[in-house]
Amino acid sequence: MMIAGAKSPLGWAVHLSVLAFVLLWTLPTAGLLVSSLRDKDQIAVSGWWTALSSSSQNLLFRAPAGDGERLEDGRYVLDGNVLEQGGGTISAFGFSSREPAAFAAGEVAELPGDVRLSVASDGSFTLSGPESFAGGRGQRIFYTAETPPRFTTENYWNVLTAAGLGRSFLNSMTVAVPSTVIPILIAAFAAYALAWMPFPGRSLIVAAVVGLLVVPLQMSLIPLLTIYNSVGQALGFDPKSYIGIWLAHTGFGLPLAIYLLRNYMAGLPREIMESARVDGATDFQIFTRIILPLSFPALASFAIFQFLWTWNDLLVALVFLGPQDDKLVLTGRLVNLLGSRGGDWEILAASAFVSIAVPLAVFFLLQRFLVRGLLAGSVKGG
Amino acid sequence: MNQLWMALLTIALGIAGAVVYFWGANAILDRIFPSRAPDMQTASRNIRRAALVRPWLFLAPALFALCLYLVYPVIASTWLAFHDRSGDRFVGLDNFRWLLGDAGFRESMFNNFLWLLVVPAASTFLGLLAAALTDRIAWGNLAKSLIFMPMAISFVGAAVIWKFVYDYRAAGSDQIGILNAIVVAFGGEPQAWIAIPFWNNFLLMAILVWIQTGFAMVILSAALRGIPEETIEAAVLDGASGVQIFFRIMVPQIWGTIAVVWTTITITVLKVFDIVLAMTNGQWNSNVLANLMFDWMFRGGGDFGRGATIALVIMVLVVPIMIWNIRNARREMEGK
Repeated sequence: MMIAGAKSPLGWAVHLSVLAFVLLWTLPTAGLLVSSLRDKDQIAVSGWWTALSSSSQNLLFRAPAGDGERLEDGRYVLDGNVLEQGGGTISAFGFSSREPAAFAAGEVAELPGDVRLSVASDGSFTLSGPESFAGGRGQRIFYTAETPPRFTTENYWNVLTAAGLGRSFLNSMTVAVPSTVIPILIAAFAAYALAWMPFPGRSLIVAAVVGLLVVPLQMSLIPLLTIYNSVGQALGFDPKSYIGIWLAHTGFGLPLAIYLLRNYMAGLPREIMESARVDGATDFQIFTRIILPLSFPALASFAIFQFLWTWNDLLVALVFLGPQDDKLVLTGRLVNLLGSRGGDWEILAASAFVSIAVPLAVFFLLQRFLVRGLLAGSVKGG
Repeated sequence: MNQLWMALLTIALGIAGAVVYFWGANAILDRIFPSRAPDMQTASRNIRRAALVRPWLFLAPALFALCLYLVYPVIASTWLAFHDRSGDRFVGLDNFRWLLGDAGFRESMFNNFLWLLVVPAASTFLGLLAAALTDRIAWGNLAKSLIFMPMAISFVGAAVIWKFVYDYRAAGSDQIGILNAIVVAFGGEPQAWIAIPFWNNFLLMAILVWIQTGFAMVILSAALRGIPEETIEAAVLDGASGVQIFFRIMVPQIWGTIAVVWTTITITVLKVFDIVLAMTNGQWNSNVLANLMFDWMFRGGGDFGRGATIALVIMVLVVPIMIWNIRNARREMEGK
């Protein structure tokens, strides 16, 4: 804007640096997304950035020792196909591990002992020699197979059914939705009282809420776990219940909810409330008919925050819902998979995307409210 | 499916409960102190009395939850820090003495300080840079949106994404992690990155920086736009260069916002747990306080005394920021 005069060289530098930023910030996610859609054999042998080119693999095939050979013009002939499983094309082959790609597909290789071997590009091979192949260990055939890029949604079906992701998805939903709705209800009333109802000790409570905003969750875990266990024992139900985690998320989310909503409500024009009061409206009516509808943007901001936070949470879920298989939320499931299936990237990539799909959708659809909430929550007086 | 119905039912019950509570309590209050009394004096006295009680009716559920889930635990955790593993026997400063002598704690403390030094600084700086750059170009909003995106991804999801970036295959075979692929392309040796003590800390920090930069960018970008045009125009007239204007005119005007961003990220850093648990679980000297605390909370049936002591250390580190926040909030309220 103000450096419009220096447009050409500096302008390009700005565009390029922003491009670099964007690439750095999106490539890691893009890599995993591409991988989650690739064939699992290909993920294991080539980088995701080669996903669009065909991958070449050096493989070994051992011809059967005499089974199915036939006699033709005094020579024993054996044919078959090296590509027994999986498709692809053969680009090169060889008969010793020192030169696994000595011959191009279709050529005829001369082996010691007057044996001839040829492998066509479709994988069919012909082996012929003066003596029967029976009794030997079977001729080794080295070949280089080019596999065309293959994309599949199979990984997603696998994780949703076999890896327990479907179950965890439901669990995450069950945790996140009530944990978002309950604190809003409680906080809205409190925020109105703190913003518009004069009473002794009000500023003290506001200060306390600001202080509680930053209390680390770690302080709460052990005492609450103790309370939950004794309450569960006294009333005779499992202390690791959904109700327990809903209330825990409510408690932890309240300071931010009250803080955001109070700031927003305090900024509403006083005249609206005064004229309503002159008309004989009670505080309760003013709150439900005027303040709540007007506060919709702030309510939406907090709802998004709280939903993202409860959906993405791992710690509270591990402590208050426990690590049992049927109660694992998506984040907990992912951590488990990282431990048990650490190298199976097709499982991890697809699972990670199942778990981040919902927050990403919320993010892109409701970004406006998210940004507004962030600004209200952080730029105090700015 | 059953579970889904239960969740929906609870939401409905919760909403109904809240409505009944707030509406009912309010109605009862109006019954006790009717505002339509026969004489003016009683009416105004009733209104005054109702106004004294009503705020507390509105506040009661929130105050109860805050006390149960945050205030009481802070006190109880502090109390537990001076007791043994089951919380029955008073042990004085034993837990703290154990803490100072414990190699795992010293390692976590050291790592946490590294995190505190690097992550807030790097995120704020990169966020400021991204804000300044994207504000100048036509596709800035799209770029912002993409840089901001990791904010929505869970720490665990981010850990999976980055574990893939750092993936290691033995030298000679094709690397599928992009970092090693780049290293190999430039003729280097592939490394098992997250297993290299000390340096692996920075690789874990990169994940949090990646997540938090968008947050810093969004807030700082709004602050930069709030700077009065005149100050910049004056600087342009005085012949200042773009870089000079940025660092001498614009940055000093948003120090307050930079401080807020810095402290907010600092709080996040102190509580970081998921990333370390998912990436290394504290192996290869990469442990941090929050993960150590989680470990002690459940290790061998759980040592609540030691767990609470570690939590208390995190709390003490947060207290200065807490006081600073409260002072700012009070000043702001008085200003209104």
